This record gives sequence, structure tokens and C-alpha cells, in this order.
Amino acid sequence: MHLVLFIIFAGFCLAGAINLLLQTHPINSALSLIVVMSSLAVLYLLLGAEFLAAAQVIVYAGAIMVLFTFVVMLLNVGTEEKTHGSRVAKAIGFPAVTVVLGVISTVLLQTQKNLGGIGLSDGITTTQDLSRVLFHELLLPFELTSVLILIAILGAVALAQKEGA
Amino acid sequence: MPFDTIPSSWYLILSAALFTLGVVGFLIKRTLITVFMSIELMLNAVNLSFVTFAHEWHAVKGQIFVFFVMVVAAAEAAVGLAIIISIFRSRATLNVDQIDLMKL
Repeated sequence: MHLVLFIIFAGFCLAGAINLLLQTHPINSALSLIVVMSSLAVLYLLLGAEFLAAAQVIVYAGAIMVLFTFVVMLLNVGTEEKTHGSRVAKAIGFPAVTVVLGVISTVLLQTQKNLGGIGLSDGITTTQDLSRVLFHELLLPFELTSVLILIAILGAVALAQKEGA
Repeated sequence: MPFDTIPSSWYLILSAALFTLGVVGFLIKRTLITVFMSIELMLNAVNLSFVTFAHEWHAVKGQIFVFFVMVVAAAEAAVGLAIIISIFRSRATLNVDQIDLMKL
């Protein structure tokens, strides 16, 4: 059961990510990114992170992607033009990316023995466990993020307002 | 059932693959918004490995780290998209090849 669910939703994730690269219109890329994020929410549930699965759907697939699609529509972005791009990025970037993926996968496959397995019956981290740590030990960082968000709101308004308005 | 347990490394390899696809998107996409979406994809890939390791070592703090990454990503998306709007207002284009000056 776990294997089947993992294969289905990992497939959705990878297909969405590849589709994001292949689409030329930004709105199609945004929709594929929503597919990736929703499938990741299911994978979080398989890993027993129920609060994060909900937050992934609400914050990422909901709020952030709505912001993205809103900006795409507001700016009326058209189809992406095919330019020569940056040759350096392609010449050095792609081999580097392949090497990074190869190194990470090799290390992971070598250390596979030390890592355990993940079962569906491993038990979940409840929101209660999470909030107990968050509001006792990590209260100060939590409060600081609210200041961060406030600054981000002010910055976004200041940046996006019209000149002289 | 034999299919109920799968190795943790599969989740980590999926995370590595998603991160790599994000880097490739960052390199090959030519619209500023899709470049930004590739960054979000990389953040999501890293979150997946955080959750996997939190599950592996039964550490709640790993999940709280993901929570903080989400908060920072939301703030970053708001500010980044505001910057994109202000760039579009002054240049009337979102092609990264034509946005090569820091000065507005």
C-alpha cells in the first residue's frame, strides 16, 4: 500500500516538475507547480507529518501559488521567447547539475543500510506534539517570524506601489 | 504485507531529483516568474528531505524547521513578486536576458 502510494505520488511530483520545465507559458508552469506541491502534501502524510501536509496545501498550494497566478495575470505575461540563453549557464550548468545529482544519489545509496525503512504504521507526529515544542522551546523564533512577516508585508507594499503615490 | 515498508533513501532520492529539476529550471527558463517558481520547487525539495529525516530520527524539530521554511518562503514570495511587479513597471519586459542592470 505504502509502495503503491509512494510510486503514484512521486510520479506526479516528477511529472509536474518536468512539465514545469517544458511549458512555455508561465500559467501552465504555475499549474504544474501546484500539482507538485499537492503531491508533496500526500507524501508528507505518508511520512506521518499531518500538520505539515495541511500547511503545505494551505500555504504553498493555496496562498503562494494564488499570488503567483495573480501576478501572471496582472502582468499579462505572454509565452516565453526562445532566446539563445546564457551559453555559460548551459555549458557549465548542466554537467554540474548532473554531477550534483550523481553524487547525492551515490551517497544515499551507499548509506542506505544505515537509514531505516518507513512504514505506514510508524505513527504520526500529531499537531499536539508539534505545538508543544514550538510554543515551549522555540517560542522566541516563532515570535520573530511574525516580525519577519510584518516586515515582508511592508516591503511588498513599498516596492509594488506606484512612483510618487 | 511486504509493501508496507519502503527505504528512507527513496524519499531522499526523490528530493534530490526535485531539487535538480529546480536547478535546471533556474538555468533554462527565460521568464522571471518561472525562474522564481524554480526556486520554490527547490525549497519544496529541501522540505521533503527535512520531513524524511524528522521521521527517520523521530525528531519533531525537523518538522518545525519545515514550518519555518514555509514562513520564510511565504515572505520571500510576497517580496519577490513585488520586485517583479516593479521591474515590469520600469522595463515592460520579464525576459531575464533583457534585465541585466541593477539600476532601475
